[in-house]
Amino acid sequence: MLNYLITGISLGSIYAIIALGYTMVYGIAKMLNFAHGDVIMVGGYMCFCATTYMGWHPLLGVLLAMAVCTVLGIVIERLAYKPLRSAPSLAVLITAIGVSYFLQNAALLIWTSNPKSFSPIVGRGAVQFGDLQITHVTLVTIAACVVIMAALTLFTGKTKLGTAMRAVSEDKGAAQLMGINVNTTISMAFAIGSALAAIAGVLLCSAYPMLVPTTGSMPGIKAFTAAVFGGIGSIPGAMLGGILLGIIETFCRAYISMELSDGIVFGVLILVLLVKPAGLLGKQTREKV
Amino acid sequence: MNKIKNLWATRRDSVIAFGIVIAAYIVVQIMSMTGNISYSLKGMLVPICAYVVMAVSLNLTVGVLGELSLGHAGFMSVGAFTGIVVTTVLTDAVPSDGLRLAIAMVVAAAAAAVVGVIVGVPVLRLSGDYLAIVTLAACEIIKSIVNVLYIGMDSKGLHLSIVKQSFTLEEGGKMIINGPIGVSGINKISTFTAGFVLILITLFVILNLINSRHGRAIMAVRDNKIAADSIGISTTRYKLLAFVISAAFAGMAGTLYAMNYSTVTAAKFDFNLSILVLVFVVLGGLGNIWGSVIAAALLTVLPELLRKLNFNDYRMLIYAILLIALMLFNNSKLKQMLLERRGSKKAAKTEGEVA
Repeated sequence: MLNYLITGISLGSIYAIIALGYTMVYGIAKMLNFAHGDVIMVGGYMCFCATTYMGWHPLLGVLLAMAVCTVLGIVIERLAYKPLRSAPSLAVLITAIGVSYFLQNAALLIWTSNPKSFSPIVGRGAVQFGDLQITHVTLVTIAACVVIMAALTLFTGKTKLGTAMRAVSEDKGAAQLMGINVNTTISMAFAIGSALAAIAGVLLCSAYPMLVPTTGSMPGIKAFTAAVFGGIGSIPGAMLGGILLGIIETFCRAYISMELSDGIVFGVLILVLLVKPAGLLGKQTREKV
Repeated sequence: MNKIKNLWATRRDSVIAFGIVIAAYIVVQIMSMTGNISYSLKGMLVPICAYVVMAVSLNLTVGVLGELSLGHAGFMSVGAFTGIVVTTVLTDAVPSDGLRLAIAMVVAAAAAAVVGVIVGVPVLRLSGDYLAIVTLAACEIIKSIVNVLYIGMDSKGLHLSIVKQSFTLEEGGKMIINGPIGVSGINKISTFTAGFVLILITLFVILNLINSRHGRAIMAVRDNKIAADSIGISTTRYKLLAFVISAAFAGMAGTLYAMNYSTVTAAKFDFNLSILVLVFVVLGGLGNIWGSVIAAALLTVLPELLRKLNFNDYRMLIYAILLIALMLFNNSKLKQMLLERRGSKKAAKTEGEVA
């Protein structure tokens, strides 16, 4: 029971980190970045290459993955999304899908479809607390999630750039009038989101050590529902949504049915949205006539 | 003369849509008669028809109703598996393939419509991105339920169970849907002509709906929900109407699609398929029915064409790049400039006529 809870929190932490990336981008650019899941996959592959082919220390691998993904995020934003800033949201959505296809197929060409077995960034050992056994990977995942959450809260609350981000997400036009460079701020959101995706990718592959070009898509969709679940645009919401989703999924797998677990997770999402249309911690906006 | 002109002005889209489909059908028939059609293209004819029906029906939700749905594949899945069960049950009772397929499609449409109501009633209370994500969730739920569905048939009738196979079939019985393994040994009764007829029916119903009182009410809901509400249009009712009709046609497309393959699994009708159809709709133009027809047909053939041009390894990569480039072009200043130039030419021409 407790073991399942820990597994759930660990899985949920990964979802939460991915969901944070979605939420940052959605909050500022008001777009569903469907390519986010594939940035996770790129992060995983980068770390894999660094540690397996070049024999780097895992920590260096994580840093490389973060660096590559940050650059990738900024490049994607500049090339594909920025020209569409004033376009209808559906056009941006389709472009994001195009980027997602592109990343998946590029990965397919570079790394082929053969699954790569990823060696976890920390040893396979486990810590024993009485009956409870927690693997190192689980510990690192949960710790990373807590650290990232704290850092992001501090960043958006206290720093100048974070305040600028909140301003842009509130009202783009007014923020621009106050002398905030909207383009730089949006790029920053993509950079941070992509760096988080890289971390999530490495953690995901450490927990489930199989790496294929479509690794990122299902966790990406689930993390996205987690972000909506918690209230998209809200940082604590993404965190709460991710962890709850992870716990629900793990318990469904353990007690109800392996195959039905995805269905139940999405069913819970629909129920929550029907009762609270803006998600658990989302801001309720009233419709103006 | 004026009457004809008026009719042309109001029904231009319908005429173009029917014209394209009929012309394409004749061309393909002539090509296959003279043996000028490649084997791979021939195998794609029925899926193309199914995608065209999917795109046209999704356009009703996304383009005409204005609500983004990412779960269209779910209804296709319902239709596909209903169609399979119906055709298997009727194998002996209805010997004619065409009639059996038609009956299966009608039942599949009804089943998809029922699921459409079940999904639509709660889901259509939301709007925008939330509606999109909830339809995606609904599609995933349908996928995971079908994935654990076991249906078998023997002399006592149909047996059904969920999660585990809890029935045993008599000797001579037949498993129809076998959980995650899906369905195998389907009698392939879909033909290009059946697909062509289905497209014509879809176009007829949806174009007439759009041009009717109900269609105008649906568009009013899209353009301004509050204004539509204020003049006595029941927004919920019309939203549901459009959504359910769209689902029903997706169900028929599902039957057509499934009956073209010998094996079908639930995993085939996933989120990616919904996205694929959405791409057709958006590239064809929202609310533009003949645009959906062309986009669905061309984009399905495109990867095959690229394969022929020896881009085998890179074809999906090129597809992705083309998709991004098209979207960028669609919203760029370049297109606006071209449109303006064409517009000014047209204006100059009409001015000349008046003078």
